[in-house]
Amino acid sequence: MRPVDVARITGAVARLAEESNYRLDRGYVAYLEDALASEDSPDAQHVLEELLENARLAEGGSAPLCQDTGVAVVFFEIGQRVQLVDGDLASAVDAGVRRGYCGGYLRGSMVGDPLLRENTGDNTPAIVHVDLVPGDRVKIWFLPKGAGSENMSRSAMLRPADGRQGIIDFVVETVADAGASACPPLIIGVGLGGTFDFAPQLAKKALLRPLDTDNPAEHLAALERDILRAVNDLGIGAGGFGGRTTALDVRVQAHPCHIASLPVAVNLQCHAHRVGTVEI
Amino acid sequence: MSACGGARIRRIETPLGGEVARELRAGERVEIFGDIYAARDAAHARLVAGLEAGEKPPIDLRGCILYYVGPTPPRPGRVIGSAGPTTASRMDPYVVPLLARGVTGMIGKGPRSPEVLEALVCHGAVYLAATGGAGALLADRIRAAEVIAWPELGPEALRRLRVEGFPAVVAADSRGSDLYALGPKRYRQERQSREVGR
Repeated sequence: MRPVDVARITGAVARLAEESNYRLDRGYVAYLEDALASEDSPDAQHVLEELLENARLAEGGSAPLCQDTGVAVVFFEIGQRVQLVDGDLASAVDAGVRRGYCGGYLRGSMVGDPLLRENTGDNTPAIVHVDLVPGDRVKIWFLPKGAGSENMSRSAMLRPADGRQGIIDFVVETVADAGASACPPLIIGVGLGGTFDFAPQLAKKALLRPLDTDNPAEHLAALERDILRAVNDLGIGAGGFGGRTTALDVRVQAHPCHIASLPVAVNLQCHAHRVGTVEI
Repeated sequence: MSACGGARIRRIETPLGGEVARELRAGERVEIFGDIYAARDAAHARLVAGLEAGEKPPIDLRGCILYYVGPTPPRPGRVIGSAGPTTASRMDPYVVPLLARGVTGMIGKGPRSPEVLEALVCHGAVYLAATGGAGALLADRIRAAEVIAWPELGPEALRRLRVEGFPAVVAADSRGSDLYALGPKRYRQERQSREVGR
């Protein structure tokens, strides 16, 4: 067994929380620059220019990219030969969120109870997903998820007969209904298969896929291209006043499912696509 | 109609009088100068509950522009943190009583309900859109920030913000025009006519 002190996880989460909220990934900034170069609507061009300027200001440290610094969603892959020592995982993650959000001047956006709605003040607790995998490493992804796009996300239990076209139609309908509220241009995570509860997790995991990586399954890569084309045909555009680029990218993650089921989940991600990752 | 890159930007000052509010047209780009008030879900619930109970609101609502924002805490030496607009439709249920008490403008992002669009016509008010997710950029146009009521709400407290050149687009005007509906429709039509012409 390889011992890993949970204090290292606290430190990593704190650093990722702060970094991801101030600095957009370089490759992702290039996506926005490409969208600006190909945009033919003056309104959408103006919005994209503002977003690029916003990214420069945030990286300079004046303020986070967006005031919605998100729910702290943390994904782990923990090697089976790792033994976490000196504390429990959930508390270590929350300590990291507390340190990163308070120290980084990020917003506390969590209420302790969905009906009583009192702010917890430090953005805890995090939403934590853990996969046990072979090996002796701990891999962490930090995804601060804003509510504007999260609120417009959806899932459905389609019929197997609805098939490929049914999936495309469902994604397009979700994006059309979201409109400007989800802060386009979007990254769209699509979860296919699994069960009622599992498909949305696949959709969220799809958002973690590194930029410029193709789906290894050719039929899913083709589906991603077709969804992207159909979504951009909507003409919603950056900011929602009309334009070419409603979505920058579509990522599909699939899983086996029941013979009678075709679960689909669409997790919309706003243009402030913030993901940080580290391996311990 | 379109807020074209080269179009003149209209300067508006607060309090926003009814006459000026009525002149504004969907698609027009504006820059705001003066005091605006930050209020989102929780502050709206309290404002409207207070009005219904017959209490005096903590701010003068006449000519008031409400900004749907819950900022991040300011870094040392700054007046405010990131301060972009939140989704406006969540405030839809509160709009009618606030317009009835004199609010003439709201700033947010995303489309409004048919009831809100109708209320804008009825009261001669406007809905302005700022760019969602441009919180660092918009914070740069805020010169002062002060909590006016309900500090216990943290980021949702009611705040007075002094703005200079705060950029926004008229998204819905007092004549019933809605840029969120018209803009994408017009873009699709223009694209189609380009393709036919090719």
